[in-house]
Amino acid sequence: MARNIEEFLAQDERKDLLRFLTAGSVDDGKSTLIGRLLYDSKKLYEDQLDALERDSKRCGNAGDHIDYALLCDGLKAEREQGITIDVAYRYFATNRRKFIIADTPGHEQYTRNMITGGSTANLAIILVDARTGVITQTRRHSYLVSLLGIRHIVLAVNKMDLVDYSEARFREIVGEYRAWIDSQQLDIPDLQCIPLSALEGDNVVERSARTPWYEGPSLLRHLETVPIDRDINLHDFRFPVQYVLRPDADFRGYSGKIASGIVRPGDPVVALPSGRTSHIARIVTYDGDLDEAFAPQSVTLTLEDEIDLSRGEMLVHPDRLPHVGHRFRAMMVWMDEHPLDRSKAFYLKHTTHTTRAHVEAIHHRVEINVGETVEADGMQLNEIALVSLTSDAPLIFDGYRENRQTGAFILIDPVTNFTSAVGMIVAPEAGKEVVGDAEPEQIVIDLSDSGIAPEHDAAISAFCRLLREKTGIEIECIRK
Amino acid sequence: MENCQLSHLKALETEAIHIIREVAAEFRNPVMLYSIGKDSSVMVRLAEKAFYPGKVPFPLMHIDSKWKFREMIEFRDTYAKKYNWDLIVEYNKEAYEAGVGPFTHGSRVHTDLMKTQALLMALRKYKFDAAFGGARRDEEKSRAKERIFSFRNEFQQWDPKNQRPELWDIYNTRIHEGESIRVFPLSNWTELDVWQYIRQERIPIVPLYFAKERPVVEVNGNLIMVDDDRMPEELRRKAEMRKVRFRTLGCYPLTGAVESEADTIEKIIEEMMTTTRSERTTRVIDFDQEGSMEQKKREGYF
Repeated sequence: MARNIEEFLAQDERKDLLRFLTAGSVDDGKSTLIGRLLYDSKKLYEDQLDALERDSKRCGNAGDHIDYALLCDGLKAEREQGITIDVAYRYFATNRRKFIIADTPGHEQYTRNMITGGSTANLAIILVDARTGVITQTRRHSYLVSLLGIRHIVLAVNKMDLVDYSEARFREIVGEYRAWIDSQQLDIPDLQCIPLSALEGDNVVERSARTPWYEGPSLLRHLETVPIDRDINLHDFRFPVQYVLRPDADFRGYSGKIASGIVRPGDPVVALPSGRTSHIARIVTYDGDLDEAFAPQSVTLTLEDEIDLSRGEMLVHPDRLPHVGHRFRAMMVWMDEHPLDRSKAFYLKHTTHTTRAHVEAIHHRVEINVGETVEADGMQLNEIALVSLTSDAPLIFDGYRENRQTGAFILIDPVTNFTSAVGMIVAPEAGKEVVGDAEPEQIVIDLSDSGIAPEHDAAISAFCRLLREKTGIEIECIRK
Repeated sequence: MENCQLSHLKALETEAIHIIREVAAEFRNPVMLYSIGKDSSVMVRLAEKAFYPGKVPFPLMHIDSKWKFREMIEFRDTYAKKYNWDLIVEYNKEAYEAGVGPFTHGSRVHTDLMKTQALLMALRKYKFDAAFGGARRDEEKSRAKERIFSFRNEFQQWDPKNQRPELWDIYNTRIHEGESIRVFPLSNWTELDVWQYIRQERIPIVPLYFAKERPVVEVNGNLIMVDDDRMPEELRRKAEMRKVRFRTLGCYPLTGAVESEADTIEKIIEEMMTTTRSERTTRVIDFDQEGSMEQKKREGYF
């Protein structure tokens, strides 16, 4: 800690923010681990502890220990049930970083809450009980984390105290887990396995003397140091227009959050789906104009030319165009108690754009407990499937793997307004694969080998738009 | 790429601005609830940032319980004028004229009528379809589970077990006639974040947050300030001058002061880092019953 408050604040203002998800089943000791992180990082206020001691006497179940879990289980109803039932957010900080924890439940019927908690996470902690090892829920959580595109995973092998801190047991579990990830070809770029005891505090904050064979970092040290600055897509500039700012006749600005990439005044831009081109004039903020802005900054952009843009349209860099189209494939998670009704025209919200959409086809469902795909003709709560969707207005999108911000969408039930499903776009639906003759054909052309230089892409997009308006033929140009 | 990583304060700011703009873009008639407290001051500044160089496109609304500290009301009126805010002030006229107050009716009845009911009446009167609140998830356990866009049915009730899934930064803003959404742009801020942001942005706050000699009297373990002569005389007689400050602001008879020497933001932060009491303990209403905040939230309290 800094010597005085001025020094502390100067240091503290430079900290970055790590959002992480904790997943585990009811008995894995997840709430205990979070309570321990909060407690040991000295962020627990004394009176929260006082309240804790009062609550522990009434319904605690950790014997002589302080019941850390009671810190996390907020709502009355679930305290009575003794389980966490929703996503709860927790906050703590160390000298190096600030942290936001999304604490999500482990049991099956609440998969949708884990998906909710994980969508903004940089990292996921997956807890397993050292006695039981990798179980169905571990596999399910890992699959979901990979589906959400979370790049950093910690496999926290908890309750090591109950297996005598056995190195062999730890290695066995890690080996089994890695083998399963490989067999499923899950996309997990960074995996750290840590043996711990949340109850006893081993390897939570400090490395434990009881696991001398473990050479990696403690959990907290890993959370403090894992690099996350490369996780954001900074290559493809995408700026969904969120709000058109016209305070007077002289100023027309487009406000929004940069979804990905970097922008500077003078940069050429294409407005999609119109295809009109211009250059960035200014990056306006309350704190003065900027020379550069990057994702996920909220800014207001002005353009050198008067092109009329509205909410839902997108500014992009002409060298790196997204897909524009009505048809695409996506991995979709069903979040609603009411099963999918394919005759419904859902509202589809994607970036700042809302349109109507249908689920055209269900290609297969993923049975995540066993890692298999199965045939399906419907979707129920907590089910995951590869589907094809068709939207009324064209979407401007990227694959979720390449770009989380422009590859994600939600489906809203037009009657109940509930968020019925969430989706991660896999790819545009190629024109040839589409069955059904009443639909306009969408043609995708790869310009990579065409001999046409990328600076002409904007003109080509504009031409494609004219062609679509005149003939109804939709051509999408991409560069692989 | 060098240095394309936002500091935590910038990350929280950009998230809040995005939330505020989303509401302005998608709702017909939003309002920002303004409590005069430090979190409200931060929220209003974020709204000003979101629409710069334009004006904030929705009104602020203060629900006056008629028992706020006098300095709060002065502060409100000064800054509303200075920054040209579109400010609505509403109160429960019927209950006020019936003489409802914390000394005569107790904290539960007062809070229900002058805060919760007053708010619900005002929301109905103006037919607001979205209302911003400055609540933070780290304040209290039941808030830790609330969504940023929190749905309220036509009776303004919150159902913690049936919340809409909220993913990425794609917010479901669709509602039916009569329903509404409460929006919490500061959801992910902590008390320390708020203080650091106030310091960094030089945001004006009510002087009651800073330590000063003030007349206080001890009531059930809380230091209550004598702010006017509606406090019963037998209490007023026991008042003594002590150097105190307030960690939260509300109705003066229901808001306990803490003894403190912190008269600058830096000292407040320092005190906070080493403090032993979290901020809501100085709000008398929370002690009514176990889980009382969750109960109030279900009933429509912010």
